[in-house]
Amino acid sequence: MKHLMSRAGLSAAAVVAFAAPAFAAEGKIDPADTAFMIAATALVLLMTIPGLALFYCGMVRRKNILATMAQSVAATGVVSLLWFALAYSLAFRGDGALIGGLDRVFLTGIGVESISPFAKTIPEMLFMAYQMTFAVITCALVGGAVADRLKFSAFLAFCALWLFIVYVPTAHWVWGGGFLARLGLIDFAGGTVVHINAGVAGLVAALMLGARQGYGRENLAPSDLSLAVVGAGLLWVGWFGFNGGSALGAGSRAVFAIVATHLSACAGALVWSALEWAARGKPSVLGLISGAVAGLGTITPASGYVLPWQGVVIGALAGGICYWASTALKQRLRYDDSLDVFGVHGVGGILGTLLAGVFATASVSAAGGEPGISGLLEGNPRQFLAQAIGVGVTILWCAVGTWISLKIVDAFIGLRVSAEQEREGLDVALHGEAMGL
Amino acid sequence: MKIITAIVKPFKLDDVREALDRLGVHGMTVTDVRGYGRQKGHTEIYRGAEYLVSFLPKARLEIAVPDARVDAVVEAIRAVAQTGKIGDGKIFVTALERAVRIRTGETNDDAL
Repeated sequence: MKHLMSRAGLSAAAVVAFAAPAFAAEGKIDPADTAFMIAATALVLLMTIPGLALFYCGMVRRKNILATMAQSVAATGVVSLLWFALAYSLAFRGDGALIGGLDRVFLTGIGVESISPFAKTIPEMLFMAYQMTFAVITCALVGGAVADRLKFSAFLAFCALWLFIVYVPTAHWVWGGGFLARLGLIDFAGGTVVHINAGVAGLVAALMLGARQGYGRENLAPSDLSLAVVGAGLLWVGWFGFNGGSALGAGSRAVFAIVATHLSACAGALVWSALEWAARGKPSVLGLISGAVAGLGTITPASGYVLPWQGVVIGALAGGICYWASTALKQRLRYDDSLDVFGVHGVGGILGTLLAGVFATASVSAAGGEPGISGLLEGNPRQFLAQAIGVGVTILWCAVGTWISLKIVDAFIGLRVSAEQEREGLDVALHGEAMGL
Repeated sequence: MKIITAIVKPFKLDDVREALDRLGVHGMTVTDVRGYGRQKGHTEIYRGAEYLVSFLPKARLEIAVPDARVDAVVEAIRAVAQTGKIGDGKIFVTALERAVRIRTGETNDDAL
């Protein structure tokens, strides 16, 4: 009897083990998906170092080039380590509606066979690494809004705080099974988590720090737009990993995302340029790359849900609306968002997340017998509503969270460099280095 | 002795050098400078932010010449550096008290 009972017990235990929470053994590591996602991870990291570093540094004055690059490199270091230590677990583990769990702190528990429920055909370690590169670039982006005047120490502290106060919760809500995902919000690669967050944080920071000395009076012209073009190119190509990789697998969905992304960039570049040409008489190269980045940021949340022609439309709208936001709106409201983080990423993220709810085409996201997501044009207005809620929540939480983060940093370290340091240039004042003659 | 300082348009630099070479003047010092006179600058626009750049690039030549050659050198520079458009530049002649060739120690006219 005992013998039978213990056998039954063992079988029962076995059944329970296999029926255990989804985090257990569901999924199978596919070599093609894994190979692609490794490449995608590298591409997204390239977007920060050196993509964003170059894109930004070319647009600041010569005396601040190195300091601007330092922000991208330092953000990579700080955010990656914090992601490994704690942030990944809080974002992508557990089943809380508001925040994740602590079971992957220091990545304990991730073995060579582990698989995340959010990416069932690649190693969990890879999913973690891929998501890490997104957190890195989001934090690095914010610095652009307050370029030329934020203390390096304050930037480091801000990255650490803001990662946990704003980025991690949003990532959990949208991608980690949190309440926005449960609401039905679709955000393929980070319209809310990355672009709205970076943009709104940039705006709040720009308002809290105030304008650069001489803004509106002195010549604050870019030092070397050729660097910015190189950076924009790296961002554009890297975005193939940013949006394509968000399919979390090597298949048609990734390809659809990549094609919509690329076409959006092209449309954005040409529309911004055309508007500038009409308004100013000359199409600038800065306009071309700004339009491209606007298109790329705007298509991000919609990229895996729309058809290529819809990518073109989204990109064209991005080129126009972000152009307006970065020129007319900024001047009218008179805030100094130095590198137009809000104008391009913030406005683009808001626009793109909403447009995802308009254009989502079920055939693109249908998979494994499950129907895909339809948007307004396919007769489903509820998706647009979910998008609007997602946008609103993200903006609100980001604004408040950023304000709190900066207030804390200000209380301990101070945010802005002194007037003398700003005059001298951050390269020499903060880093003891100079670009040379 | 005199120092002739000429501010000319940068693309005229080679022409001036050749003209002076033909005259037998074989040395000069050139600096890249910025300046303006009657020639206005240009406007640059970056994402809607307009900047009026008043200073234009110019080349500044300094040539030390013996008194006897001053008029010829000034006229040679003026003829070659001229385009007829505003911004051609100016030539200044100032007195030079002493000149020394570092390698040999020769002074004044022997140093020029």
